[in-house]
Amino acid sequence: MRRLLILAALLIAPLFALPARAQPVLNVYNWTDYIDPGVIERFQQETGIRIRYDVYDSLETLEGKLSAGRSGYDLVVPSSEPSFARLVRAGALRPLDRALIPNWRNLDPALMARVAAVDPGNRHGVIYLWGTVGLGFQPDRMRALAPDAPLDSLDLLLRPENAARLARCGLAVMDSVTDVLPSVLHWLGRSPDSTDAADLRAAEAALLAIRPHLRAIPGSGALVDMLATGEICLALTYSGDVIQAAARARQAGRGVELTYAAPRGGAHLWFDMLAIPADAPNPEAAHAFIDFLLRPEVMAAITSHVRYPNAVPASRPLVAEAVRQDPNVYPAEAALAGAYLPSTLPAAAERARSRLWARFKAGR
Amino acid sequence: MRRLLVLAPPWLWLLLFVAAPALILALIALAEPAEGVPPFLPPIAWRGTWPEWQGSGTSLATLTEDDWYLAAFLSSLRVAGLSAALCLLLAYPMALGIARARPSRRLPLLLLVLLPFWTGFLPRIGAWIGLLRDGGWVNGLLLRLGLVEAPVPLLYTEGALLLGMVHAYLPFAVLPLVAALLRLDPAVEEAAADLGATPFTVFRTVTLPLSLPGAAAGFLLVFIPAAGEFVIPELLGPPEARLVGRVLWEEFFRNRDWPLAAALALALLAALLLPIRLFQRLESR
Repeated sequence: MRRLLILAALLIAPLFALPARAQPVLNVYNWTDYIDPGVIERFQQETGIRIRYDVYDSLETLEGKLSAGRSGYDLVVPSSEPSFARLVRAGALRPLDRALIPNWRNLDPALMARVAAVDPGNRHGVIYLWGTVGLGFQPDRMRALAPDAPLDSLDLLLRPENAARLARCGLAVMDSVTDVLPSVLHWLGRSPDSTDAADLRAAEAALLAIRPHLRAIPGSGALVDMLATGEICLALTYSGDVIQAAARARQAGRGVELTYAAPRGGAHLWFDMLAIPADAPNPEAAHAFIDFLLRPEVMAAITSHVRYPNAVPASRPLVAEAVRQDPNVYPAEAALAGAYLPSTLPAAAERARSRLWARFKAGR
Repeated sequence: MRRLLVLAPPWLWLLLFVAAPALILALIALAEPAEGVPPFLPPIAWRGTWPEWQGSGTSLATLTEDDWYLAAFLSSLRVAGLSAALCLLLAYPMALGIARARPSRRLPLLLLVLLPFWTGFLPRIGAWIGLLRDGGWVNGLLLRLGLVEAPVPLLYTEGALLLGMVHAYLPFAVLPLVAALLRLDPAVEEAAADLGATPFTVFRTVTLPLSLPGAAAGFLLVFIPAAGEFVIPELLGPPEARLVGRVLWEEFFRNRDWPLAAALALALLAALLLPIRLFQRLESR
């Protein structure tokens, strides 16, 4: 009988012990391949807060979870346009308490001012990493197949005569209407935010004209692989994707050399924001993590690892030499001046765009 | 009283897992999309103690006015019908083999049919990507044998889509067929044979008609999940295969129009109730 009691006590004991030992947990939901794992480790050691790290590879997944409410995440990383702007308007994000983020002073005010257009007063988010949408390519293949085509213009991909010549080595456009259409509209000389039917028809015609020459329309993760293995030689995608692919190609050492070029005359600019869902279970820990991430040495480690620029200028001297010197990672001031941030569209316009995209993918 | 007790669990099940979700779906379908969490205005607002209707039939109307959705329905029904027919074609000989096997072998054979379920659904579909892609095993073999000069596009075609569907849903077609064939009294077939019918005539005039309810059940068990399938078309199908599952995903995630997505789901539910009614008619005949 006594043995039985002891056994019962042993079985029940953990139930009571658990709450006492409970360690604060921070649930982070971020893009795939978008942090230096060492940073997470260091935060856990410093604060004793355990990080549960979860990843997504499309904004649709993130927004879908947040729109349902009670996502359980404490920190999310939506792109400024369209998701962050929309989440701010929907009241899905918690206003940040700047008193808990002393490292806010490290942020580049000029970049933060750009995001204030969609989040007045920068109340709901700080910039994590940012970049442009442009062309990733193998320069030697471009010179060999289309010697007269410009390398720093979307002409390289969107002019059918160039696309036809380059199709042999593999062309791709990333599968994201929100990230591709603004560039196409801008290239056509129309507004990147246009909802005008004639503009959209022109953009669709331009995309369909090169559709037969495209080898694939992959998601951003798959596109990095295709660029790195040399399965494609030219792609319209995020700057950091190309830079990551270039690093992977160098490691593989199979002679694939990749370069990124933001389109001359203005590139589509985007910011990924650190934000806290309105119903986050542990907002204190989320604030602590944001503050930690804004330390120059932490941001430098992240940029060195994922090769996207950050918004903490003091981190720049600490970034790994090769990444710091890469003009593709940190674009020149002049290139930034003409860059544009697309704005959020009404629902009907979004639907028109996603249908255009479905027709483009189908090729008719 | 006893009758009530016996009937309560199935009715409760229907109420909790069929009627209640359908009702919630209908309420969302009648809501107005809006920015917020969740992204719609509830169709019934409470002003003090009085409920006030603020819903709209716009989403349901859109479904009928915009032929984009009708086209998606038709291609879904076509793909589901083709998948179910292919499954039946493959399942019939398998089921016949199992039903005619020695009783001691039936269970192991049935287990073999179910064996693919031991592996998760996603890895099984994912495996086809590895087999069918340009640098995959199938193309590698064809190239090595010198049968083709360049890789044949296999992945992202309608063939790959149907292959995935048949692979995933084949057991659903086999099981009801086996049950129907086992229920069949062998004496009936023997009688036909004794009266001089050839084996083929016996099969055509006795076995096949008597197993039809099983075939219909197998067809439906494949057809219904295939009509709403999202994962297989997304991973294996061609980009132009705009099936209901994908259109629904697009409305829900990309356009964040939950009411329209709910209306689509309701329409799919209604469309699938029709073949079930037909099946009941066939059963009762």
